Amino acid sequence: MHPAPSVIIFTVLSGLGFGLLTFLGLGLPEATGWAAFFYFAAGFALAVGGLLAATFHLGNPQRALKAFTQWQTSWLSREAWLSTAALIVLGVYAFAAVFFNASITLLGWLGAFLSLATVVATAMIYAQLKTVPRWNHWLTPLHLLTISLAGGAMLAQQTGAAAVLLLFAGAVQIFHWVLGDRRFEERGHTIETATGLGDRGKARLFEPPHTGSNYLLKEMAFVVGRKHAQKLRLISFVAMIVLPLVIVVLLPMNPFTAVIATLFYLAGAFASRWLFFAEAQHVVSLYYGASGSNPPYQPSLSR
Amino acid sequence: MTRLPETTQKKLGLVIDLDTCVGCHACVTACKGWNTENYGVPLSDTGAYGSEPVGTFLNRIHSYEVEPTGGGCSQTVHFPKSCLHCEDAPCVTVCPTGASYKRSEDGIVLVNEDACIGCGLCAWACPYGARELDLAAGVMKKCTLCVDRIYNENLPEEDRVPACVRTCPAGARHFGDFADPESNVSKLTAERGGIDLMPEQGTKPVNKYLPPRPKDQMKDMDVLTPLIEPVCEEPKGFLAWLDKRLEAL
Repeated sequence: MHPAPSVIIFTVLSGLGFGLLTFLGLGLPEATGWAAFFYFAAGFALAVGGLLAATFHLGNPQRALKAFTQWQTSWLSREAWLSTAALIVLGVYAFAAVFFNASITLLGWLGAFLSLATVVATAMIYAQLKTVPRWNHWLTPLHLLTISLAGGAMLAQQTGAAAVLLLFAGAVQIFHWVLGDRRFEERGHTIETATGLGDRGKARLFEPPHTGSNYLLKEMAFVVGRKHAQKLRLISFVAMIVLPLVIVVLLPMNPFTAVIATLFYLAGAFASRWLFFAEAQHVVSLYYGASGSNPPYQPSLSR
Repeated sequence: MTRLPETTQKKLGLVIDLDTCVGCHACVTACKGWNTENYGVPLSDTGAYGSEPVGTFLNRIHSYEVEPTGGGCSQTVHFPKSCLHCEDAPCVTVCPTGASYKRSEDGIVLVNEDACIGCGLCAWACPYGARELDLAAGVMKKCTLCVDRIYNENLPEEDRVPACVRTCPAGARHFGDFADPESNVSKLTAERGGIDLMPEQGTKPVNKYLPPRPKDQMKDMDVLTPLIEPVCEEPKGFLAWLDKRLEAL
């Protein structure tokens, strides 16, 4: 799948934002006044900034409000509702905390729950797709949720929670990679099932439908960078999990170390999310001649 | 509304005969011609005269080579692919705005372009690559089964079929109602063992593909064939003269 920067920025930043907002809603730390102002400002900036980035990949963002209508079937619509609800509920909670030094516990818990639900809804947009076997698994929501919560715990300066969540997120990340590598073949999708020509013999692409490229190839048959996937995985894992864990465990937790740890985490998370898209193979690539490790047809028109 | 109808009164769709298709791309051209001028925004091209032309198409023809399992000559199969108007269409339920829908009266899957935000999720959800985001308009385009032809009383009756079916010179495309067991498409599917594409995705496609018939086998040659005297007649008269003159040149 095409790793569009807008979607990578959106899922990483709003994931981190909602992770932080979850902890703030739970009263961890129970901040009021100026402290609460800075915590919530960071949470809202990340969450809202991410959501705004997401609108950049829309063809017609001026109609984005219509995305609230189909919550009964669409995870994207549910995400729109949940994120808005989380931001409103926590907005009220933050207002009380900043200006009245009051923590409305129940409202905070509701906001924390809605923040978690938002991250799950985002993950379900990918996890629901049978067409992308690597994503179509319960590990995908768990993966995005643990990454988001680990980052949130660091920014909220919750040493214990951050350490445990980083370990957990790291384990889930490894499982998501290793098991994901096998899933396309496990599902049994081949060029023969795609074309229905399997009972005749072995099929191969003789000619693609066009000499140039098209939307499908650009969007769903992304092949660049798979060569360096293993190196990128290592870099991502070290930056996202190992370095933050070392900082969280060995250094005293304060706003400065929390931000340093989060910066490493962000660098790693961007790499991890890039791989999340770039390594995901869509079944439509079978029609363009992809099989096993062979990439699909790509036009070579640059003369 | 992106909730799928429980049942549809009709199941309109296509039968594509892989045995007959010659891969001429006439259906692609007819489709682009009709659909760029009618339902919804035009099917745009980008850099049409440049080095890397890209365009929106609702129908594309792949060609595959099949090597028979038991040996023998391989077979070239031209493979037109467009929306299969699935009964369990995953592209419809993922749509956040309700722009994608499946009609309960005839089962056609359509996009209401005025409600489409161009998020592209429906194209991701489709296993068949049947949906393409138009780069100029930013809305999702897909086969409409020529909904603006098949019910169009301003057209002569023989033209009230999808443009691809009307234009196919090989008769490889058939349009009809799969809900009616007596329809041409239902009978063809039953007779020729029509199949679903990627059935393991569970989309229950309405369109069916008729598998190519196996190639003819070469008849056994007579054992004496190599011994037959070669036929070689010397030219006579004018041709003999011409032959000699040309030889002398």
